[in-house]
Amino acid sequence: MINVPKQRWKTERNKDIFSQTSFKRLKEIPNKLYKFKIFKKMSGQKTELLRFTTAGSVDDGKSTLIGRMLYDSKSIFEDQYDAIKIASEKKGEANVNLALLTDGLKAEREQGITIDVAYRYFATPKRKFIIADTPGHIQYTRNMVTGASTANVALILIDARKGVVEQTKRHAIIASLLQIPHLLVCINKMDLVEYKEDVYDQIKADFKEFSSRLDIHDIEFIPISALVGDNVVNKGDNMPWYGGSSLMYYLENVHISNDENFIDCRFPVQTVIRPMSDEYHDYRGYAGRVAGGVFKKGDEVAVLPSGFTSKIAKIDSFDGELQEIFPPMSATILLEDEIDISRGDMIVRVNNQPNSTQDLDLMICWFDETPLQLNGKYTIVHTSNEERCMIKEIQYKLDINTLHRNEEDKEIQLNDIARIKIRTTKPMFVDSYSRNRITGSVILVDEKTNATVAAGMIRG
Amino acid sequence: MSSYYLNHLKELESEAIYVIREAVAQFENPVMLFSGGKDSILMSYLAKKAFFPAKVPFPLMHIDTGHNFPETIAFRDKWVADMGAKLLVGSVQEAIDNGLVQEETGIHASRNGLQTAALLKALEDGKYDAAFGGGRRDEEKARAKERFFSHRDEFGQWDPKNQRPELWNTFNGKKNFGEHFRVFPISNFTELDVWQYLKEEKVELPSLYFAHTRKCFTRDGVIYSDSDYMQRKDTEELKDMKVRFRTIGDMSCTGAAESNAETLDDIIAEVSMTRVTERGTRSDDKRSETAMEDRKKQGYF
Repeated sequence: MINVPKQRWKTERNKDIFSQTSFKRLKEIPNKLYKFKIFKKMSGQKTELLRFTTAGSVDDGKSTLIGRMLYDSKSIFEDQYDAIKIASEKKGEANVNLALLTDGLKAEREQGITIDVAYRYFATPKRKFIIADTPGHIQYTRNMVTGASTANVALILIDARKGVVEQTKRHAIIASLLQIPHLLVCINKMDLVEYKEDVYDQIKADFKEFSSRLDIHDIEFIPISALVGDNVVNKGDNMPWYGGSSLMYYLENVHISNDENFIDCRFPVQTVIRPMSDEYHDYRGYAGRVAGGVFKKGDEVAVLPSGFTSKIAKIDSFDGELQEIFPPMSATILLEDEIDISRGDMIVRVNNQPNSTQDLDLMICWFDETPLQLNGKYTIVHTSNEERCMIKEIQYKLDINTLHRNEEDKEIQLNDIARIKIRTTKPMFVDSYSRNRITGSVILVDEKTNATVAAGMIRG
Repeated sequence: MSSYYLNHLKELESEAIYVIREAVAQFENPVMLFSGGKDSILMSYLAKKAFFPAKVPFPLMHIDTGHNFPETIAFRDKWVADMGAKLLVGSVQEAIDNGLVQEETGIHASRNGLQTAALLKALEDGKYDAAFGGGRRDEEKARAKERFFSHRDEFGQWDPKNQRPELWNTFNGKKNFGEHFRVFPISNFTELDVWQYLKEEKVELPSLYFAHTRKCFTRDGVIYSDSDYMQRKDTEELKDMKVRFRTIGDMSCTGAAESNAETLDDIIAEVSMTRVTERGTRSDDKRSETAMEDRKKQGYF
């Protein structure tokens, strides 16, 4: 038997979910107790950081969902709530517009859209979360790409009434291109389809069929109602047929400790630390952040591009000597031999080295209003290294709604995704993006305007 | 399960150190803004970590409104001396005396807004091409959109609609002559993270953050400390109150909160239970809905 939802979804977007009965119930949970639990658990120092990205546009319920997650984890403060309430009233809106919480800029609030990436924070007893909240419309592809670049999880929202639409596909394609390790598909507004299992099953099947063409390894599906709260934090009684976990349970438990590459040792040198003091007269430390693999004292290493080899004499930090370092730790490496090393060099293991090449095959997202120039010269930034490059070939433009490869139209404009070939002035030391998101990515910078014009992911 | 695991505070620390090192490598003449508040204490502490065992390779700069709490100034001088860093002071009083800015008058007068002019002048005089700031994205809605490396034009202005995309951890600090960057290493720390980290690391803090008794009065729901810099209305009565400050700015715009939190543990418990943002006690943010965005566009930190 199907439970009839207690209230219907109104057609105006972002209405006052706080006045809904389910929220009122939540308000009765003593705030203090819940918050105190977070504090106690966090002091235990076992909280991981999980970054996830959401993309969405008007009406898909994204703001309501984020509002609910923030509210349920007690991350919306009273004065924030009061401020948006006053702002909503001023604009003559009948209900409190929760989008005002996430839309930070004046232009965004005026137009009622999210333009930029906004970062939101909340914590539960298990994890601390950073949400990169991005707009979903195609004209903001570059913002979605930006938000996706550091995410562990991509949260994709589907309106249960509409099923898999163009925007769903676009978000999934971006998640696949940017190699977000985990994809979570939330089928929202289940209350509006009477919580029917077959609606959920059909959408799931449609999505799976489409995503089989993508490079995504871990996909989960959850039927939710952000408005009523089903399967958001608690499972609720409306979908007894659903045996999986709630959204919050998923976010708290998805296995992210293998998202980093612990195999290929990569340490891009950011700067050289030379105290030149009496106490540290001959100290020469290479400061950086581990981009891959595990480095230990005594390891035999090679330094690129010179190729000289040495051993790690010491791994240093303010907190004392470290026995081993791994991503994403910042540290300082000291070598046994005196080798000339500077910013842009990379310390790697002798028997596991990145590709050395001047020819790169890239998938790029174009960020600039001036189109990509074939044979144009740009600055290419890869970890701490920087060279110049020339665009040798534009292979195709990817339609990010259909995955169609367009080999005719090679005019690459703002927000376009394309596959290109470039040649650099000097060899670069790179991995494929699918192997390492740090050493497999580059940005292109316009030499005249200094603008970041493209993000590139290395193929191969 | 992998044993290579970093808890969230260590990961945030590593990220901040990475950002600070990156800025020092990319810019010729950086400076770190230092207010004496917990965020700039945290940021300068992380800078110390980033370059250990060398000294921090840039000076600290304090924009002094002349309306600071005496405790802040005393702490600042001790902290900077302990760090072995150079301290520069940009003076709002001087900017007023030179006619660069005009002092606000009336009962709500504050020098908060005047800091922008003094800051931009100090950056220009010192030819600094990057200024580290302790801004955090959880503080305020305009700050939620801020980049780690934030470009400012030759007038020191922020253009929020034309920010450079920031992907992975690749930062583009390229600029034309006369332009500069603001760099925000602790962007991803929340207020609670800051306190937990400072506690973990046993970092020394100004006494203002801990509950103490002082003479206060209440205006528009905000508790202010009695000071020479603020005019009181006849109806605003002075009372002895047990308070602490959640943020430290000018005496004329920083409100106190009634509190019994005398230790860092008490503060963490209080912060994790509170229902009001820390900037809820700042009258400078209450001037209008977009007060922070408007000030940031002009070059405020």
